[in-house]
Amino acid sequence: MNIKYESQIREPLVDGNKDYHQVTEDIIRPIEAKAGTLWYIGFFISVALLLFGVYSVYREVTYGIGQWNLNKTVGWGWDITNFVWWIGIGHAGTLISAILLLFRQGWRTGVNRAAEAMTIFAVICAGQFPIFHMGRVWVGFFVMPYPNTRGPLWSNFASPLLWDVFAISTYFTVSLLFWYSGLLPDLATVRDRAKTKLRKFFYGVASFGWNGSTKHWQRHESLSLVLAGLSTPLVLSVHTIVSFDFATSVIPGWHTTIFPPYFVAGAIFSGFAMVQTLLIVVRKVLNLQEYITIGHIEAMNKVIVLTGSIVGCAYLTELFMAWYSQNSYEGYAFFYSRANLFSPYGWSYWGMMFCNVVSPQVFWSKKLRRNIVFTFFMSVIVNIGMWFERFVIIVTSIYRDYLPSSWPYYYSPSIWEIGFYLGTFGLFFTCFFLFSKYFPVIAVAEIKHILKTSGENYKGRMDKVENQKVEEFAHDAAH
Amino acid sequence: MSLKRFVVACFNDENVLFPAVKKVRNAGYKIQDVYTPFPVHGLDHALGMRETSLHTAGFIYGITGTITALTCMSWIFTKDWPLNIGGKPNLPLPAFIPITFELTVLFASVGMFLTFCYLCQLAPFVKRHHFHPRATDDLFVMAIECTDKTNVDDLKGFLQSAGAVEVNYQVAETDWWLGRYDKEQKLYTERPAIV
Repeated sequence: MNIKYESQIREPLVDGNKDYHQVTEDIIRPIEAKAGTLWYIGFFISVALLLFGVYSVYREVTYGIGQWNLNKTVGWGWDITNFVWWIGIGHAGTLISAILLLFRQGWRTGVNRAAEAMTIFAVICAGQFPIFHMGRVWVGFFVMPYPNTRGPLWSNFASPLLWDVFAISTYFTVSLLFWYSGLLPDLATVRDRAKTKLRKFFYGVASFGWNGSTKHWQRHESLSLVLAGLSTPLVLSVHTIVSFDFATSVIPGWHTTIFPPYFVAGAIFSGFAMVQTLLIVVRKVLNLQEYITIGHIEAMNKVIVLTGSIVGCAYLTELFMAWYSQNSYEGYAFFYSRANLFSPYGWSYWGMMFCNVVSPQVFWSKKLRRNIVFTFFMSVIVNIGMWFERFVIIVTSIYRDYLPSSWPYYYSPSIWEIGFYLGTFGLFFTCFFLFSKYFPVIAVAEIKHILKTSGENYKGRMDKVENQKVEEFAHDAAH
Repeated sequence: MSLKRFVVACFNDENVLFPAVKKVRNAGYKIQDVYTPFPVHGLDHALGMRETSLHTAGFIYGITGTITALTCMSWIFTKDWPLNIGGKPNLPLPAFIPITFELTVLFASVGMFLTFCYLCQLAPFVKRHHFHPRATDDLFVMAIECTDKTNVDDLKGFLQSAGAVEVNYQVAETDWWLGRYDKEQKLYTERPAIV
């Protein structure tokens, strides 16, 4: 059995002169080395933010939702905006690992592990917002349907908010299992190289006694494939259901059928932007430029320009439908509250338009797609834009309801609302810093799997091999 | 739990491994397993393993999830506590679809993961004998079970000629036991006979 090189035309996915051992060395070395000063600085800033968030949440739990500046009409403000924003970010990981696995996109191997980790942390952050928005968080378990002493009064299965509970908890669980089953072999690699007692213990427990048996690999492959197949519709369903929170209501600006595809595209858009933000830093700090190549970054930029354009198309469709329907309330939401630069929240709509629709179009240029500093800058812009999008959808639709007497309230967040948001950043980056220090940030086994078909140094070698007899090759390679 | 005798051959290239597997099997030796650092496609067939039916289990778990979701929700909304929600029907099937779908996926994934761990006997604090520490790094490690008739030296030479970079003889426990990787543990108070 001979392996054929993927394609002589395609860019290699792994640069440099690598063999299997070198791959292990490169990816696992940062785990075994001491953390640098930069890591500590970053980690402690994240922990500080997290603590600020914890205090903000403490205020909210102790004194009630009144700690936030939600008012008569704006019942959903920063909290739900941030919830949808984080959930959106949490879509890239599973998209990369599941959908791109089914599409047999080789470049996913370089980025999937970190992206999946990011997904899990983002979903954890997202979950905090609806939980604490409930106000009396200590009775939060009422959302779970179980036989209880209150009737039994079950939850309302026809409510999109309950669908959300199921969708997000399922998404979290499945992403976690997918991520961890992929991690098992790599943790075993770390374990077998470990020199210190603590590392042997920790990675020994975490790797579940994995030994790389062929039968285990066979089952592992089957598991990954089926989980990928299940996660693909799951990713699409989660943001669809989040969009149902809005779309099934009768609020002008929310009550649209375009929401599910538009939200999913937006989620992928922001998720990839966050992957870029994180991985551009990670590849530099951990010296992984040969595994997360410019080719990888370019591929993700292509996804960004595609999904950005889908999102832009959705914005224009919404405006068209608002005009075409000739519904005065719909028209008010879109042409007065949003697309009007001089309305109270006009700035957020045009900020969103600029960040999400106009700015990603620069990625049609190959030169800019392959410019790392520029990509980093753009990825931040995109995520700011996507935050604006959720803010626009939520706040501009509800800040003026049908009762003009409640109009004068201009909603802007209180310090504890902002603190909660910053706190989730702290949580996210604390988790990510720990992950990047203690776990292999790139799927080692998967890189080895594609090394000979997509590694730079195998390009020329594989040409020769294809014309060689198996026995001849065996002889050459063995001695 | 029993101790067995193995001749262990390490290969550093999958293109050498495949012909070697063929030769060893043709020569009538019993390969216990091949330990590889990454999934080598086709190796399971080369070793004569049957296809895994894990995905069938996944399908069954998925169906279980679907049925659980539908029956629970319909029973609750029609029999146990019918709720009047805006005068809508008590059995709104379209509104049940999202939760039904989520539970299908949840049951299938969790069930499959647990089944995978059960079949492979993977869990925290599970410890095994590892034939070579580099089996998770860059070596393809073939363990061949010895019988009474096996001539170990002959087999070693045979494996070397098949392209193995390292060949050795080990007596090892084939099963797993509870333990920690930071400790050398005494598995047996009394060593069982070598099978």
